[in-house]
Amino acid sequence: MAAVRAGVDIGGTFTDVALETPGGLVTAKVLTDYAAPEAAVLDGLARAAEAAGLGLSDIAQVIHGTTLVTNALIERRGARTAFVTTEGFRDVIEMRSENRFEQYDLNLELPSPLVPREDRYTLPERLAPDGTVLLPLDRAEAEAVARRIIEAGYESVAVGFLHAYASDAHERLVAEVFAALAPDLPVSLSSVVSPQMRELPRFNTVCANAYVRPRVEAYLGRLAERLRAAGIIAPLVLMHSGGGLMSVETARAVPVRLLESGPAGGAVFAAGHAAAHGIARALSFDMGGTTAKICLIDEGRPKTAATFEVARSYRFKKGSGMLIQTPVVEMVEIGAGGGSLASVDAMRRIRVGPRSAGSEPGPACYGRGGTEPAVTDANLLLGRIDPAAFAGGAIPLLPERAEAALAPLAAALDLPVTHAAHGVTETVDETMANAARVHAVENGRDIEETVMIAFGGGAPLHACRLCEKLGIHAALVPPGAGVGSAIGFLRAPVSFEAARALFQRLEALDAALVNAALAELETEARTFVAEVAGGTPAEARLVAFMRYHGQGWEIPVPLPDVRLGPDDGPALRAAFETAYRGLFGRSIDGLAVEVTNWALTVATPAPPPPPVATDRTGHNEPPPAGHRPIWEAAVREMEQAAVLPRSALCPGRAIDGPAAIVEDETTTIVSAGFRAVGQPCGSLLLIRKEARP
Amino acid sequence: MTRSIDLQIMWDRLIAVVEEQAQTLIRTAFSTSVREAGDLSAGLFDAEARMIAQAVTGTPGHVNAMAESVGHFARIIGTATMRPGDVYITNDPWMGTGHLHDVTMVTPVFRRGRLIGYFASTAHVVDIGGRGFGPDGRDVFEEGLRLPVCRFADAGEVSRLLLDIVRTNVRTPDQTVGDMFSLAASNAAGERRLMAMLDEFATDDLAALSDFILERSAAATRAAIADVPPGAFANEMWVDGAEAPVRMAVTLTVAEDEILADFAGTSPASARGVNCPEVYTRAYAAYALKCAIAPEVPNNAGSLAPFRVRAPSGSILAAEPPAPVSVRHVMGHLVPDVVLGALHGALPGRVPAEGASALWNIQLSVRTPDGAPAAEILMFNSGGTGARPGSDGLSATAFPSGVSTMSVEATEHVGPITVWKKELRPGSGGAGRTRGGLGQVIEIAARDGHDLWINAMFDRVDHPARGREGGADGAPGAVMLADGTPLSPKGRQQVPRGARLRLLLPGGGGYGPPEERPAEAIARDRAAGYEE
Repeated sequence: MAAVRAGVDIGGTFTDVALETPGGLVTAKVLTDYAAPEAAVLDGLARAAEAAGLGLSDIAQVIHGTTLVTNALIERRGARTAFVTTEGFRDVIEMRSENRFEQYDLNLELPSPLVPREDRYTLPERLAPDGTVLLPLDRAEAEAVARRIIEAGYESVAVGFLHAYASDAHERLVAEVFAALAPDLPVSLSSVVSPQMRELPRFNTVCANAYVRPRVEAYLGRLAERLRAAGIIAPLVLMHSGGGLMSVETARAVPVRLLESGPAGGAVFAAGHAAAHGIARALSFDMGGTTAKICLIDEGRPKTAATFEVARSYRFKKGSGMLIQTPVVEMVEIGAGGGSLASVDAMRRIRVGPRSAGSEPGPACYGRGGTEPAVTDANLLLGRIDPAAFAGGAIPLLPERAEAALAPLAAALDLPVTHAAHGVTETVDETMANAARVHAVENGRDIEETVMIAFGGGAPLHACRLCEKLGIHAALVPPGAGVGSAIGFLRAPVSFEAARALFQRLEALDAALVNAALAELETEARTFVAEVAGGTPAEARLVAFMRYHGQGWEIPVPLPDVRLGPDDGPALRAAFETAYRGLFGRSIDGLAVEVTNWALTVATPAPPPPPVATDRTGHNEPPPAGHRPIWEAAVREMEQAAVLPRSALCPGRAIDGPAAIVEDETTTIVSAGFRAVGQPCGSLLLIRKEARP
Repeated sequence: MTRSIDLQIMWDRLIAVVEEQAQTLIRTAFSTSVREAGDLSAGLFDAEARMIAQAVTGTPGHVNAMAESVGHFARIIGTATMRPGDVYITNDPWMGTGHLHDVTMVTPVFRRGRLIGYFASTAHVVDIGGRGFGPDGRDVFEEGLRLPVCRFADAGEVSRLLLDIVRTNVRTPDQTVGDMFSLAASNAAGERRLMAMLDEFATDDLAALSDFILERSAAATRAAIADVPPGAFANEMWVDGAEAPVRMAVTLTVAEDEILADFAGTSPASARGVNCPEVYTRAYAAYALKCAIAPEVPNNAGSLAPFRVRAPSGSILAAEPPAPVSVRHVMGHLVPDVVLGALHGALPGRVPAEGASALWNIQLSVRTPDGAPAAEILMFNSGGTGARPGSDGLSATAFPSGVSTMSVEATEHVGPITVWKKELRPGSGGAGRTRGGLGQVIEIAARDGHDLWINAMFDRVDHPARGREGGADGAPGAVMLADGTPLSPKGRQQVPRGARLRLLLPGGGGYGPPEERPAEAIARDRAAGYEE
C-alpha cells in the first residue's frame, strides 16, 4: 500500500494530527500535554490511525512541528545557560538597541536578557570585520573560563564573538576546549547557528539556541523512543521555521530553527492551496482564539525573512521581543482573535485586544465565568454564530451572557448593544486590515491583487469583511482549516538555508572568493537536505542581501544562478535595481551597490498538490437553506441571510450572500456583496458578485 | 446611529494611513538618522492646518514641531493659489522642525476640486551644505542652505531651479534631492490611501472627522489635566551647555484644563549651534507633560492644545534668527528633565528622576596616515534614564529621544576603527530606593595607523542627572583617553595616533533614600555586577 504520512503540530492548546492515507486525509485533535508533550502526540496518532482503520506501524513518516520552543522562550523555561563573549561586550544582549518601543510610557519595562549578566563571561580576543585577528585568543585563558563554567554547573553554553561570521577560528577554539574538558556539555557557536553580521541578533540567536537545546534534545529523545515503542519505526522529520523539513539530528543541534514551526506549517498549507488554484499572489489569514497571523504568498511560496522577533512582551509591539536571526516564514501577528477583549478608552473609542479571554474562562457566552465582552460575544449577537451549533454543538453558547458583557460598553458609547457589537467587530477587522495593508506596502505589494486564503477557527467569520476593507476580490476557505498547520507539514519540501556574511562592493566584486563561499554553503545545505531526502534531487537558490552604499539595511535580491561569473557585477546591479524598484518604486543612479549577506537554499521540489479546477460561478441549483437575521456590516443593519451546512455546498453549487455556511469548526460568513461557490477540491471560494465574469 | 462607530473606524484608519506614509519614507530615505533613528515625522492636517493624525516615530521633538509647520505653509503660500499636484518645501528652522537638516514637505489634498487638508512629512537629510552637522557654526548662515517656504512642485511640475540650487549647495546632491522626492512620495502614498477611505465611507470632507478627533482628544487631555492639582510649580536645572553652563528654568501653571510651561529665567542663546528655536522647545516640553499626564491620547492638535509653552525670546530655548541651531537636540533633549522636575511638585510619585537625556552622538573622522579622508562615522549612544518611583531606571536607553544604536560590527565596516569596548558602566546609576539606569563605557581606536578625530558635543559631564526624593545623582559623564588623559567634552579634537578614546556615559539619578532599597534588589545588583 502507498505510504501513510503523519503531520503532527503541537500548539498552545491543541495537538493536531493529520494522517495522509490512500483513502484520504484523516485528522485528530487532542489537548496539548505540557508535562509530557510526546504523550499527546502518541494519543493523537493513535486516534487518527484508528479512525483511518490503520495500525500505528502503517505510518511511514512522522512530520512534526511544535510551538514548544517558542513557548520556552516566552515563558523562560530553558536550561541554565552560560554565554561566552568578547571582552568589552558583555552586555550586548542586555543593552539591546538602546531604544524604547513605546514612546509615551514613563514606566516602560524592557524584557530582561535571556542570559543574566552574572552568567555572561568574557575572553580577551578580537577579530576585524574581515576575520583577521586583532587580538589572539589565548587557549589557557579559554580553559580557565571553561573550568569556571563547568564547575558552576551550567547545563548549556553559548559562544558569540564579534565578527565570528567572518572567521570561526576563535569560537572553534572555545568549542575544542569544552569538548576536551566536558564532552557532554552542549556548546552552541554563533558562527554555526547564525553566521551573519550584526552582533545583537547573532548573540540573541546563539543564546536562545543554547537555552532551549537541552530541553529539545530530551524531548526529541523521548518522542523517538515512544514512537519506536508504539511500533512506529518510520523516520521522524521536523518542520523548521523557514517552511521546510529537517532531520532530527539538525533539530537537536540547532533547535532555534524550530521556532514558529507550527505557524510556518499553516503558511505552507495556504501556499499549497494557492498553488493548486494557480493563485500567483495570495494573502494567508489565520485567525484563532488570541491572535491572527498574516503572510504573503508569492507563486505558491510563503514569503520568508532572515530575522524575526520572538516573545514580544508588550502588546505584540515591534521591538518588545527578542530579535532572532534564522530563516523564517515572515508573518505579521496581531493580538486579535475570538477571545480578544473589548473595552472603551479615554477618548470613548472601542479598543479590542491584545488582552484575551483565552480558552479559560473564554468569551462571556461560553458561560464559564467570563464577564468582559470578547469578539466571539459580538459575533454571536450579530447572528454570525449559531449558539446551538458552535463547535458542532459541543459548547452551547449563551447569548444573554454575551449581551450582559457588552451592555456596559454599549452604555458608555450610548449605543444599542447590537451597534456596540458591530463596533467591536469593525474595530477588530479594521486592526487586522490595517496590519495587512502596511505589511503589503512594506513588501511593495498591492494587496488588492491578492486572493485571501482564510483558515483557523476565526478567519472564515471575518474573511468577507476583511476583503471588503482591503479591496480584495476573492477568498478561498480550504477544507480542514482547523488543523491547517498539520496538513501543511505534509506539503512541505525538505529544505535548508545556509547563510553567511561576506561583504562585497560590486565595483570590486571578487567572484572567485564569493564562489568559494557559495560552494561551501551549498555543500552544507545539500548535506542537511540529504539527511532527510536521501537521493531525491534538490535544487539550489541564491539570494544576495544588497543595498546602496550608505544605506543601513539590505534588501533580498534573488539571483538566477548559484555561482557568479567574473563579470557579473553589472548583472547583480541590474537584479538589485529591479528588486529595489519593486519595493520602493524607483532606483537611484550614481550610487555604489554592495552585498552584505548571501543565503543559499537547497530544497526538494514541494510535492505539488494536483492542480484543481477553480469554479468561479457555480452551475447547479442553489442548495436548500434555512434563514436567520445576520448583521451586514457594509450597510450596518440586520439582514435575512441563508443558513446552510458546508456539506450542502458540494462542488459546483453556489449561494449568494448574505449567507452563513456552518461546519463544526467554524462558520463562513458570506456578506451581501459576495457569493460562495463550492469547489471540486472541497474549498469554498468567496467571490465578489460584481467581479463575476 | 453607527455614525460614531464609523468616525472611530476612520480615526483608526487615519493612524494606519500616516503610518504607511512614514514607512514609505523610512524605507527609501538615505539619511542614517531617518532609517536608524526614526528621525522623521509624517502627518495629516485638516483644511484649517490642524494636525489630526501623526505617525508614531522615533523623535518626539520632531513630531510635535511639525504640527505647527503646516500653518506657516498655508499662510505663506496662500490657500487660494494652491492646486492639485502642488508640493511645498522648507527647511527653515523657525518654520519647520528646528534645524536646516530637517526638510519639511507639504502636499495639499483636493477632493472634487476642493482643498480638504494636507499631508506633511519631515526628514533629516544627509547633508545640507554649510559646515555640516555640528555645533561649530556661529550663525545659521554658516550652517547651510536655507530654503524659505516655497513651491517644490507646481501643479505636478517639479521646480528645476530649486533642484539645481539644492544640488549646487550640498555635498551629497543625489541623496539630499533623493530624500526630497522620498518626502513627496510619502505624502502621495498617504493621499492615495486617504482617497480610498473617503470612497469607502462615501464622504468628501474631513471636517466632521477632524472635529470628532480633535474634540475627543482635547477632552481626554483636559480631563487628565483636571486630575493635576492646580497651582504654580517651578524648577530649575543647570546643564553643561556649549561655552558656559546653561540655566534652564521653568514654571508650570496648572489651570483646570490646561497647563502653561513658561521658561522665563532660562540662559540666553549660545554662540554655538546648540540653540533651540522655540518650536523645538515646545515640542519637547509638551512631550514630557503628555508622557506624565495623558500618555494614551494620540498626538494631534487637540491633544497638544492644552499644553501651552513659551520661552523668552533670545534665550537658548527660543533662539531667534540668525542664531546657529544645528545640534539643537543637545539642549532640546534636556527640556523634559526640567519640566518633569517641576511637575513633580504637582504630582509627587509620578515622574522619574533626571536622566542622561541628551544623546551622546559620537562623530568620528578617520584619516589615512598621509592625511586623506578615510571615513566619517556617526554612532548614537545613550546613558541611563532616571529611576522611576516604582522601578529602576533603564540602562543605556534613549529618553526622551527614541533612537536606536547601531551594530558595532556594521559600524566597523564603515571605516577603519575598532570599538574595543561598549558595555554597561557599573556604579553609574544613582543610588536610591529605586536605582538610576546605568550609563555605558565606550572605547574606540583607529586601525592600521589611521588618525582619529572626534567632534564632541556631550552634556552632563559637569552637571550630572540629579536624584529625586533623596535619591543620589547619577554618575557624570567623562571624556578621556584610555590611559586617563582627559579630553574636552566639547569640540573637535584629535585622538593621538595609537591611543584609545574612552567615553563614560552618564547614569540616571536615583529615586528615594538609598537605605530603603530592598535587600533583594541590592543582592541582584551585586550578583550582576551593576555596582562598582
